[in-house]
Amino acid sequence: MQTEYLIAVNEFCASHNIEISFISSLEQNGLIEIMTIQETGFIDAGQIQQLEKYIRFYYELEINLEGIETITHLLRRIDLMQDEIILLKNRLRLYETEL
Amino acid sequence: MIFLDYYKILGIEKTATPKDVKNAYRKLARKYHPDLNPNDKDAKKNFQQINEANEVLSDPEKRKKYDQYGKDWQHADEFEKAKQYQEQSSNYQRPGYSGAQPEGDFSDFFESLFGGSAGARGNRQVKFRGQDFNAELHLDLIDAFKTHTQTLSVNRKKIRITIPAGIENGQTIKIPGHGGHGVNGGPNGDLYITFSIANHPDIKRLGNDLYTKADLDLYKAVLGGEITIDTLKGKVKLKVKPETQNGSRIKLKGMGFPVYKNEGHFGDLYVTYSIKIPTNLTDKQKELFIELSRSEF
Repeated sequence: MQTEYLIAVNEFCASHNIEISFISSLEQNGLIEIMTIQETGFIDAGQIQQLEKYIRFYYELEINLEGIETITHLLRRIDLMQDEIILLKNRLRLYETEL
Repeated sequence: MIFLDYYKILGIEKTATPKDVKNAYRKLARKYHPDLNPNDKDAKKNFQQINEANEVLSDPEKRKKYDQYGKDWQHADEFEKAKQYQEQSSNYQRPGYSGAQPEGDFSDFFESLFGGSAGARGNRQVKFRGQDFNAELHLDLIDAFKTHTQTLSVNRKKIRITIPAGIENGQTIKIPGHGGHGVNGGPNGDLYITFSIANHPDIKRLGNDLYTKADLDLYKAVLGGEITIDTLKGKVKLKVKPETQNGSRIKLKGMGFPVYKNEGHFGDLYVTYSIKIPTNLTDKQKELFIELSRSEF
């Protein structure tokens, strides 16, 4: 069975000095998932890195939620394209050294 | 060590107001922030420079010192109060970004003028995640064929990593927590290893499939027979069908490359026959070929 590490949303917000409403907005926009257990919201530890990235976008780069959503979508596309580039480069290698 | 023109880096005039500095920095940070430019070393370098420029120009004390002594940084005597300054400015709250590297990434020029970067940043108790490290690991095809461990030296610490069979050329794996140290109790960064897998002289790889070439003498190609070829799994005997054509290809199912993180699953091996025409024929052999050429097929 896989162990899940959960972090309480209010504790996360307190330690990062951010408003809980920001986390709620991210959830409403489908950018993160919050689990509610006994009326307390929790974030899976696996999402923390991405969440911290959203915090930097919002609070430090002053990018609004719509911007974050767009950037996230584009970054995912970049990831997919980078995978495709690797695949194509490897395929090219095959033909560059003719068998 | 070279002089860094922080005004030029931020694209502003010397007369720029604090608001101008902030706006210029924010604009460039949105362009070069590492979160927005994954795996882009140039963007990272640019971001470090603009971060450093902002560190200096957004702090009135540092800016004054930079304006006064910046170009003459070699005259270390001029900066005798650097350490004293660090103490005085310890309450200064830097409006900088935490996304990249909070320490150890300032230029020599900065360190010469303002002392150690960590000290210059004051005593804020904000937790920073450590810097992510990127490394490239070179393997040959045979290494990548089987799951194996390698010991790497990162930050003077040795770490042992397991490389799963089937890793792809250009693929990057993340080793969590093995990047730079976090600051003020923040988590460590991650280590990203990109694999560069060298071509094998005789066997080529495309995804999970392998491609190789087998020489076949004319007689076996015409009459059929058996040959032995080298594969990454060892030697394999192949039955050659009579009348095999030059360039024809056969598939050996499951004899290809292991599928990444899917134990027991393999791609296929494709073998292309290359028929060798005999050379240095004897008179007798030539006669036989002439006879053959006259016969009707």
